[in-house]
Amino acid sequence: MTVKTIKVDYLARVEGEGAIKVVVRDGAVESAEFRIFEPPRFFEALLRGRAFTEAPDITARICGICPVAYQMSTVHAMENALGLAVTGPLRDLRRLLYCGEWIESHALHIYMLHAPDFLGYDGAIDMARDHGDAVRRGLALKKVGNEILSLLGGREIHPINVRVGGFYRTPRRRELEPLAERLKWAREAALETVRWVAAFDFPDVERDYEFVALRHTDEYPFNEGRIVSSRGLDITAGEYEDHFEETHVERSTALHSHLRERGAYLVGPLARYSLNFDRLSRLAQDVARDVGLGPKCSNPYRSIVVRAVEVLYACDEALRIIDGYVEPDLPAVAAEPCAGTGCAATEAPRGLLYHRYRLDADGTIVEARIVPPTSQNQASIEEDLVSFIGGSLDLPEDALRHRCEQTVRNYDPCISCSTHFLQLEIDRG
Amino acid sequence: MAAKNRKPRLAVWKFASCDGCQLSLLDCEDELLAVAGAVDIAYFLEATRGAVRGRYDLSLVEGSVTTASDAARIQDVRARSRTLVTIGACATAGGIQALRNWADVKEYASVVYARPDYIQTLATSTAIADHVAVDFELRGCPISKRQLLEVISAMLAGRRPVTPHHSVCIECKLKGNVCVMVAHGTPCLGPVTHAGCGAICPSYNRGCYGCYGPMETPNTLSLSDGLHKLGMDERGLMQVYRTFNANAGPFREESDRHDG
Repeated sequence: MTVKTIKVDYLARVEGEGAIKVVVRDGAVESAEFRIFEPPRFFEALLRGRAFTEAPDITARICGICPVAYQMSTVHAMENALGLAVTGPLRDLRRLLYCGEWIESHALHIYMLHAPDFLGYDGAIDMARDHGDAVRRGLALKKVGNEILSLLGGREIHPINVRVGGFYRTPRRRELEPLAERLKWAREAALETVRWVAAFDFPDVERDYEFVALRHTDEYPFNEGRIVSSRGLDITAGEYEDHFEETHVERSTALHSHLRERGAYLVGPLARYSLNFDRLSRLAQDVARDVGLGPKCSNPYRSIVVRAVEVLYACDEALRIIDGYVEPDLPAVAAEPCAGTGCAATEAPRGLLYHRYRLDADGTIVEARIVPPTSQNQASIEEDLVSFIGGSLDLPEDALRHRCEQTVRNYDPCISCSTHFLQLEIDRG
Repeated sequence: MAAKNRKPRLAVWKFASCDGCQLSLLDCEDELLAVAGAVDIAYFLEATRGAVRGRYDLSLVEGSVTTASDAARIQDVRARSRTLVTIGACATAGGIQALRNWADVKEYASVVYARPDYIQTLATSTAIADHVAVDFELRGCPISKRQLLEVISAMLAGRRPVTPHHSVCIECKLKGNVCVMVAHGTPCLGPVTHAGCGAICPSYNRGCYGCYGPMETPNTLSLSDGLHKLGMDERGLMQVYRTFNANAGPFREESDRHDG
């Protein structure tokens, strides 16, 4: 019997610290572990005793790549607890802010983190020597996303303008107009991005995932919707904990999520796209079909194409929102504290992000629960490694290690978030 | 010193953090390729899998020390770095995760994890300077990318970075902002907070919440008095200083004064 271990001690081009270990026994993959050793920061514990109004600033610090997602799940959960509804232009501005984060985060992942895997470079800076125009286009596209965040949020990382009930200050129409011009350029750049990544060489594999994402009556989901799955789940955020559970495994400082009835599931771009293709803008649907992407995508390596389609959608949606924007009378709906429990799920760039808070009568947080997308995807990541690496075992050691890394990077894993995540070990004896 | 004929080697290290401060370097969309042309990015896991072992001319360190293995790793990073610069509130003051310093970390672990016995962590979250000599500390949660470029340029040129030490109040005056505390009675940490952000919060009609940490010799006593007059109670005063720079000396001491 021969046992071989393939290890990646510090996985690169992901947000945070994690490792991979694959055990190969007698020429077959026996097990795969995606280990997260990011030190825990205990957000759910330190939020207790803080005022509900402080929560969006604190939870933003869970992740520097997707702070808006944390802020959005937080404010929606708080508003659910307080019985508040945020509608009209304030709701539209939240969607616009989320468009900014999707463009910035997806452009970062497509161009800086994931494309180098397909084109054979260590990183985007090496890639820029041979693909300078593409890298510059990616950076410029990312910058447009950041410009939305800066204008609406005050800054790109950890925006300061989000509050329970709305914003501190809302923009004037004339402030949004220059952004619209930039977004028209970005929409063209996003179109080129879809065509660029669709021409990459993809392993011809698929898996029968249970996709989980939000679904809204008439929008591609950002902030609101029911939690649905490709196997019939259809629930409110309030029912999330009845159907999903987290378990703690020794190798990881991130918790693993499972569907109670069925086990591993998948959140993120593939799930969102496959469950909501009909909610994309006409332009995004047409371009997806043009490049050969059906209304459903089960090949995780093609997630880079789906992300590019989502960037295109986000540019389109941002332009639609700016075009219809009417300046609100007040920047926020008044939020008065009361005792209660509230939950919400929103679509972070990496997938469903669930928050629940219990408040006491003066609005102090008594209990907090946060389930980030990467911990929900951990089981699927490990199953992908077991399913896909078996066919590549004859590759040279370095190439095999690289294929394992690429398989994990398909998920754009955000390890900083999921710790409450990577090292590659392939064990072949 | 960097040998002649070779570009200075830059390394970016991560400890307990959100990745936001190192993302600030990737957020320099207009300057990133120029920076990459001027230095050899020898270790930057968020951006590249290529890693050059050995010594580095400039190490940027993000995050705080919260585990025994990280306490050992920072010693190794220091030993291999000619110049070491901390970037952001976690590396410079311990970050929001330093709230554990006032709590029982075992209790914290039991709240978050089903099996707290699987979690290995220190009782405290501490700044990099509590462990090794630091050549320069860049403030902010997150840092300003403009200031980051200044620090990289200055360090490579062998000069002191130009990052003003005055308070956020001065930045408001320079921008012509109306004072949110005087005009609207909005509690604001601007008078005691280190400049660098460009007074973003007051520019958006909210009070500064101190994410750049304490300025040099802040008069927190006087500010607390003013905040009290605006109706902030003792718990509010304790918590207003106890956020992203809770473990920075002047903020820690002032919050402790109100921790009855």
